[in-house]
Amino acid sequence: MNQQELQALRLMIGSHKRWDYLFGVLGIIALMIALMTFVALFADMAIHGLGRINVDFLTSFPSRRAANAGILSAWVGSVLVMLVTATAAVPLGVAAGVYLEEYAPKNWMTDIIEINVSNLAGVPSIIYGLLALGLFVYTFGLGQSILTAGLTLALLILPVVIVATREAIRSIPQIIREGAYACGATTWQVVRDHIVPYSSAGILTGVIIGMARAIGETAPIITVGALTFIAFLPTAPFTGDPPAGLFDWLFAPFTVMPIQMFNWTSRPEAAFLDNAAAAGFILVLMTLTMNGLAIWLRYRLRKNIKW
Amino acid sequence: MNTYAATAGKLDRMSQPSERLQKDFTRHLKERVIEAMLFLAAFVSVFTTTAIVYILISESWVFFQHVPLTDFLFDTQWTPLFDDAHYGIMVLLSGTITSSLVAVLVAIPLGTIIAIYLSEFAPFAVREVAKPFLELLGGIPTIIYGYFALLFLTPLLQKIYPDLPGFNLLSAGIVMGIMIIPYVASLSEDAMRAVPMALREGSYAMGATRLQTALRVVVPSAISGIASAYILGISRAVGETMILAVAGGMQPNLTFNPAEPGATITSFIVQVALGDLPHGSIGYQTIFAAGLTLMLLTLAFNLIGYYMRKKYREAY
Repeated sequence: MNQQELQALRLMIGSHKRWDYLFGVLGIIALMIALMTFVALFADMAIHGLGRINVDFLTSFPSRRAANAGILSAWVGSVLVMLVTATAAVPLGVAAGVYLEEYAPKNWMTDIIEINVSNLAGVPSIIYGLLALGLFVYTFGLGQSILTAGLTLALLILPVVIVATREAIRSIPQIIREGAYACGATTWQVVRDHIVPYSSAGILTGVIIGMARAIGETAPIITVGALTFIAFLPTAPFTGDPPAGLFDWLFAPFTVMPIQMFNWTSRPEAAFLDNAAAAGFILVLMTLTMNGLAIWLRYRLRKNIKW
Repeated sequence: MNTYAATAGKLDRMSQPSERLQKDFTRHLKERVIEAMLFLAAFVSVFTTTAIVYILISESWVFFQHVPLTDFLFDTQWTPLFDDAHYGIMVLLSGTITSSLVAVLVAIPLGTIIAIYLSEFAPFAVREVAKPFLELLGGIPTIIYGYFALLFLTPLLQKIYPDLPGFNLLSAGIVMGIMIIPYVASLSEDAMRAVPMALREGSYAMGATRLQTALRVVVPSAISGIASAYILGISRAVGETMILAVAGGMQPNLTFNPAEPGATITSFIVQVALGDLPHGSIGYQTIFAAGLTLMLLTLAFNLIGYYMRKKYREAY
C-alpha cells in the first residue's frame, strides 16, 4: 500500500470517527433539551409560586381576591376522588390481571379481553370524560359528583394496573406454582398464598404510577362537569347519619387540584397566575414524588429479588 | 379430572358421600365462583370499550339527525354556538392536525436521537439516570405543560417573533412534542435494544463505527418497532387536551399556520363542557360527534401501531 492510499484511508477513518463523536454530542444535547425543559418548568413554577405557598394557601377556599384564595377544597377534593379511584381500580385491575395470567384459557374471549386492554390504554383521556358523561352522569344518574369522577379515573388507569399486575405475575417462576399444585392446592389457593403476595411490590409500582396519572388528569373531570369554584367542603367520609348518610360525601359536588389550576390559569389577572403556579408546583411535587417512589420501588425490586 | 369424576360417581352410588367428598364439592364450587368473579373483573375492559362506542354513537345519532354528514365533513365553518350554526369538523381537524404536526416535528427527531444515543452510545451510568428522568418527564400532568406553554414558552417565542399572538398552536405544539418525547424515545429504545447483539458485532467486525452500525444496522432492523413508537406518539398528540385548551386559544380557525390561535377537537369539547349548555341541545351534542371523530382517528393510529408492533415481534 503506497503512502498516498494510506493517507486517504487515515483521512476516511478520521472523518468517520468525527461523525461518531459528533453524534454522541448531539445525543447529549437532545437529552439536555428534554432535561432543561423539566428544570425550566420546575423553576418557573417555583419562582412564581413559592411566594404564595403557606399555611393559609393550603387552608383557604378559592376567593375572588387572589391574595385570599387557597386550595383547600381542591386538595380535599383530589384526596377524596383518589380514594374512590383506588378503591375501584386496584381490586378490579389486580383481579383482571390475575385472571388473564392464571385462569384465562387460550380462546377467542381471552383474545378479545387482551385486545381491549391494550386498546383502552391508547384511548385519549377526554374520551373517558365523554363516556362518564353519557354513562355515569346521564344513564346511571350519579350526577356530577365525587363518585362519578373517581369511577371515571378508575376506568382510565385500569389498563395501567392490569399491565403492571400481569408483568409482576409473569416474573414469578413456574416452579412456585408447580410446588403448590403438587401439594394439592387449588388455583385460588395458589393465587392467594403465592402469586398475589409475591407480585405485590410490582403491583404497587403500577398502582402508584396509575394514581400519579389520575391525580393530574384534568380533561375527563372537566367533561364530567366538576365545578371550578367551590367554597365549601363535602361532608367528611363516613361521618353522616348511618346508614344512608355514611355515603353522602360520594355525591357531593367537588373540585380537584388540576381544575383549580386550570381555572386560575385562564384568568387574566397576574395575581391569579401566581396562584396557578403555586397550585401547579404542589401538583408537580405530588406527581414527582409518586412517580419517583414507583421508580425507586422498581429499582429495589430488580436488585433484590433473586428467585 | 376424569378419574376423579369416575371415582366420585362410584362412591356416590356406594353410599352417602363421605365428609371429605362434601368438602371437595364446596371446594370446587368456591373455585368456580372465584373464577367467575375474576372473569367479570377482566370483562370490565370489554364493557368499557362497548360503552364508549355505544355512548359516542348513540349521542352522535341525535346530532346527525339534525346535521347531514356532508355538512359535517365538508363545511368550512364551525360555529355550533351561534344562531347561524355551521358544523364543519374540518375547522377543528385543521387545528388538531397543525398542532400535532408541530409536536411530531419536535418529538420524532429528538426522541429518535435520544433513543439511538441511549441504546448505542450512552455509558451504562448515563442510561440508568436518563431513563427514570425521561419517565418523570412523561408523568407530569398535562395541565402543567399547558401553563408552561402559555406563560413560559409563548413569551420566549414572542421575543424572537414579536407578532406571535398570546394564544397560538406553535408553542402548544412544541410543548406537546416535548411531552411525547419520553414515549417515542423509550419505545424506540426498547425496539433497538431487542436487536440481537450478533448483528452489531458483525457490523463492528467489518470496521464500522458506532454511528454507522446504529444507522445502517440497528435502526433498519428495529424499524417496525420505531415506526410503531412514532405512531403511538402521534396518537397521543392527537388526543392531547389540556395543553391546547390552555395555550392554543379556543377560537375555531380553519388554518394550517401554527402561528395562529385555533381550536382542536379536544379543546372544543373542554370549551363546551365548561359552558352551561343543557344536555340534549344540539350545541351540546356536538361534543359527542367531535368525540366520535377523535375516537376514530386515534383508533386508526392505535391499530396501525398494534399491527406494526406485532410484525416487529415476529422478526426475531
